[in-house]
Amino acid sequence: MKFSLEWLKYFLDTDASVADIAAALNRIGHEVEGIEDPAEKLQGFRVARVLTASPHPDADKLQVLTVDTGEGDPLQVVCGAPNARAGMKGVLGLPGAVVPANGMELRKSAIRGVESNGMMCSVRELELGDEQDGIIELPEDAPVGMGMAEYHEASPVFDVAITPNRPDCMGVMGIARDLAAAGLGTFRPIEISDIAAKGDCPVEIRIDDPEGCPAFYGRVIRGVKNGSSPEWMQRRLIAAGQRPISALVDATNYLMLAFGRPAHVYDLAKLSGAMVARHAGDGETFDALNEKTYTLDSTMTVIADDKGVHDIAGIMGGAHSGASEETTDVLLEIAYFDPERIGVTGRKLGLASDARTRFERGVDPEFLDDGLAILTSLITKTCGGEPTEAVRAGTPPAEAKSLTFDPSLTARLGGLDVANDEQRAILESLDFKVSDDWVVTCPPRRHDIEGPADLVEEVVRIHGIDNVASTPLPRRPGVALPTATPMQAMERKLRRAAAARGLNEAITWSFLPAAEAGYFADGAELWVLENPISEDMKVMRPSLIPGLLSAAKRNADRGADGARLFEIGRRYFRGADGASDEKPTLGVVLSGEKMQRGWAHGKAQPFDAYDAKAEAVALLEAAGAPVANLMVMGEAGDQFHPGQSATLRLGPKNVLARFGALHPNTCRAFDVDGPVMAAEIFLDAIPAKKSGGGFARAAYAPPALQAVTRDFAFLVPADLAAGDLVKAVRGADKKAVVDARVFDVFAGQGVPEGKKSVAVEVILQPGDKSFTDEEIKAISDRVVGNAAKQGAELRG
Amino acid sequence: MTDLPTMQEDALQRIEGASDAGALEALRIEYLGKQGSISALMKTLGKMSPEERQEQAPKIQSARTAVADAIAARKEAFEAEELERKLASETLDLTLPSPTAPRGSVHPVSQVMDELAEIFADLGFSVATGPEIEDDWHNFTALNMAETHPARAMHDTFYCSAEGANEAPDTAANSAPNTRRMLLRTHTSPVQIRSMKEQGAPIRIIAPGRVYRSDSDATHTPMFHQIEGLVVDKGIHLGHLKWTLETFLKAFFERDDIVLRLRPSYFPFTEPSVEVDVGWEDVNGRKVLGGDGDAPGHGWMELLGSGMVNARVLEFAGLDPDEWQGFAFGVGVDRLAMLKYGMDDLRVFFDGDQRWLDHYGFSPFDQPTLSAGVGAGA
Repeated sequence: MKFSLEWLKYFLDTDASVADIAAALNRIGHEVEGIEDPAEKLQGFRVARVLTASPHPDADKLQVLTVDTGEGDPLQVVCGAPNARAGMKGVLGLPGAVVPANGMELRKSAIRGVESNGMMCSVRELELGDEQDGIIELPEDAPVGMGMAEYHEASPVFDVAITPNRPDCMGVMGIARDLAAAGLGTFRPIEISDIAAKGDCPVEIRIDDPEGCPAFYGRVIRGVKNGSSPEWMQRRLIAAGQRPISALVDATNYLMLAFGRPAHVYDLAKLSGAMVARHAGDGETFDALNEKTYTLDSTMTVIADDKGVHDIAGIMGGAHSGASEETTDVLLEIAYFDPERIGVTGRKLGLASDARTRFERGVDPEFLDDGLAILTSLITKTCGGEPTEAVRAGTPPAEAKSLTFDPSLTARLGGLDVANDEQRAILESLDFKVSDDWVVTCPPRRHDIEGPADLVEEVVRIHGIDNVASTPLPRRPGVALPTATPMQAMERKLRRAAAARGLNEAITWSFLPAAEAGYFADGAELWVLENPISEDMKVMRPSLIPGLLSAAKRNADRGADGARLFEIGRRYFRGADGASDEKPTLGVVLSGEKMQRGWAHGKAQPFDAYDAKAEAVALLEAAGAPVANLMVMGEAGDQFHPGQSATLRLGPKNVLARFGALHPNTCRAFDVDGPVMAAEIFLDAIPAKKSGGGFARAAYAPPALQAVTRDFAFLVPADLAAGDLVKAVRGADKKAVVDARVFDVFAGQGVPEGKKSVAVEVILQPGDKSFTDEEIKAISDRVVGNAAKQGAELRG
Repeated sequence: MTDLPTMQEDALQRIEGASDAGALEALRIEYLGKQGSISALMKTLGKMSPEERQEQAPKIQSARTAVADAIAARKEAFEAEELERKLASETLDLTLPSPTAPRGSVHPVSQVMDELAEIFADLGFSVATGPEIEDDWHNFTALNMAETHPARAMHDTFYCSAEGANEAPDTAANSAPNTRRMLLRTHTSPVQIRSMKEQGAPIRIIAPGRVYRSDSDATHTPMFHQIEGLVVDKGIHLGHLKWTLETFLKAFFERDDIVLRLRPSYFPFTEPSVEVDVGWEDVNGRKVLGGDGDAPGHGWMELLGSGMVNARVLEFAGLDPDEWQGFAFGVGVDRLAMLKYGMDDLRVFFDGDQRWLDHYGFSPFDQPTLSAGVGAGA
């Protein structure tokens, strides 16, 4: 909220500087977001009198003026405003001055060949209002030569963020009261002048919805003239960022901004019958003064007469019955609306207003009569008219809350030693009443006080929260023990393992376009956002691959040779119980060139499915998965190349990872040039390491005897998986065969049709004694025999 | 027969003059071979009288040795020359690029989260997690933001449709007050509630993770990262909060002159609530944290929100507020990363631009440790 220093001083007697006030506001919890000094903007503009005005020799619409600036010789100024004329007083901008509205620096120049030494300014150019019909006309008594800042009584403007718990500070008065409590001056209590009322209010006021509207006060003023509000009021409203509209509207805005008290003024001529606070009818429509039509329902409170709704209670008045230039008789409304009701209605209608902001946070329930009196005199002083007596329906819930406060809580919770006397003084300065035995009675406007902790906050913020001394958190005895969970430890290890393998960690959005999410959904129930920021961020991802794939595409579009990206994050699914099922996952995408063309190896090399396998296996190993027991199986998913993808499983059901080349259709759907490799590791499927072993490894001593290597070349059916052959070979002697490695695969010339040649190197590790020739022959025979069961025959 | 010294002299000269290994071998055969002239002299010894032999043998032997040594030396020289020639022919242009392994990297957000975990582990905090798709009870209600609380509206919340991707959303069901409404968590604070409910008190946790707000510009992205801190114990007060924040920021920025300014503020889940500013200094146009924000050339930067856990929140989490007190704080991880490592655009964090990742990412070996410093040097 914005307010000028001059306005603040209306409520606060202080000599404090702008800087001191700003510091105090920050100190007591009203964050200053900006301070603007309009005097700075008006630098170089001064009151001036037009001495002569004659037509420009070469331009129809321009005049050449001579202007008295109060010092030196009159200046010649070219001016295009039709209202410029000899004798008038206006505002002259001198060379060097910067026009506030457009930032243009004025210079001595020639306009159509005639010298001009400045510019006569309009209201809008100086940002003093919206009016732009010609140049400013000042009254005859304006002293020529006086700086415009001084003449305009420009006052620095504070922009302060009021936290939602302090609606009582959503008016200048409340801020002044807080500043006074903080020692920045003396609060000036407002004087409510007596209203010279004539007769009873002719309009009946009634409450049919006491829950939504506990109190509704009003009065009629007859014979008003709705012109412009007085300049002092306009100045304050403009400083607050509120455009002056008309005297009647400005008076209600002034009441709201000065006292935090929204009110409404109806044109009596537009009303018919009693004014009733009631529930809206379901489907009832309302034309609000923001020129929009709202459809209401019966949970909402409205103010209506016999004919229809005139006000969405506490939120916005109607287009039809608002004050206009023709208005002569008005009905004032000051009501107390239920904060919750206002909030619900406002959210349902998507309708925000300054009144709603205050009502939904809670206005001062004790300020209805005062507010009505202030508004009445603001109107009668400006617009004339005769007020009637006030009418009142209902009573605002103004019971004062009392609570017992233990002042030692300030030290225990706030960490600040404040003497009891000072605590009492602080609370009393904020209008709390404190009994001798520390029963604290809150002013009803302080809706935010719920318990003793709130009183601690009051004491601490006024005493100075920055004075709280640092107190070390007690350290637990002994050394710090590890705190990461196994999953956290695994993720950290995996992240660095992946980076060490040359992959770049990316972080991509958790949400995807619906089509991309659907492409990877595999039939799962996904989370869809009701209010996405864009259609590209609508569905929570079921896979990490789409995000990485899009990132790879962006890299390719930027001319990158290739991308090797990984991400560790969650996949999101709708759980059966309505909760979110979030699965920790590592995704990898390898796209473009694996190796750039080079002098040593020639052409650029693309990634292939084995690269994806290498990442999947290596990272599973880093995660502690028993990779030796993994089975390579199919069903990586439709998004993958059917012949170049697989899953890695522990047992037939538990899928730890999938990897391979992406299907050309996937690349096409994502508009990315293939081939692209991808892998996904499902971290929650990796079995936890069997614990209990502590740090000690299994006992091991390197064997004393050298291992023996034997090579076997087999002819096998072309469709036999090499993995199956190797498994069979290893099974020949589980103790002696410590490794079996395929070192050649060949089909074509010399190999019969439908067959391929697979060469396997078998490592035999002797135990205590060297193998005898017979032993080696026996193992070899079993190797050949096991292989034969897979359809393999030893090549001659 | 030429005399022995002349023969030796002659032989040594010829060996010296041998043009290549073949010529040298021919000389060896000529002098030392079975039919060689020196070998022939050796044979004459047998026919000599003992006296003569005693006189001649050392001379012949000496000549033989001299010639043999000269041949060996010359041969070695030829071999050395040969090797030199061979090596010269094997010369490589080592200005050519060598094969390189791709350089991977850890994302700055992950790096900073690891750093924070390290710092807080030392202070006895463990790392807690919770779902990113939350229900409104954990995200709002239990944090003292009832259905109608105005602060809810300030959270720019993403709500989830009641129905799945392929079904039309039923908004009536969503707005019914008693159904559990699912949303993307707007802060990491719901982890406070979950942790307190699961573990009870005393508790010291940090909860880093993704959070979501419907907001997008240069400094706001609809997804970002926060870290939550929570301490609940007996006798915990604002002073402990201040110390913890000071200590963590000093450790994180690795400087002792971090100065905090506490300002009263408002968050529904804390009371009293404190906004924390950190002093910075203008260093070549860059705001560098450290020093008193009120000093000339310095300023204050709003960094995080915190406060003493609201008694209602403790109650919602099943703890007795008369027995337990605590503090909580929340800070943007991306923001911490930007302040420490000097990035200035948040949006690029989530683009996966390989060039950016190469530049701002961290080596996998920059594992933060307290002993080596949790920060990774440029």
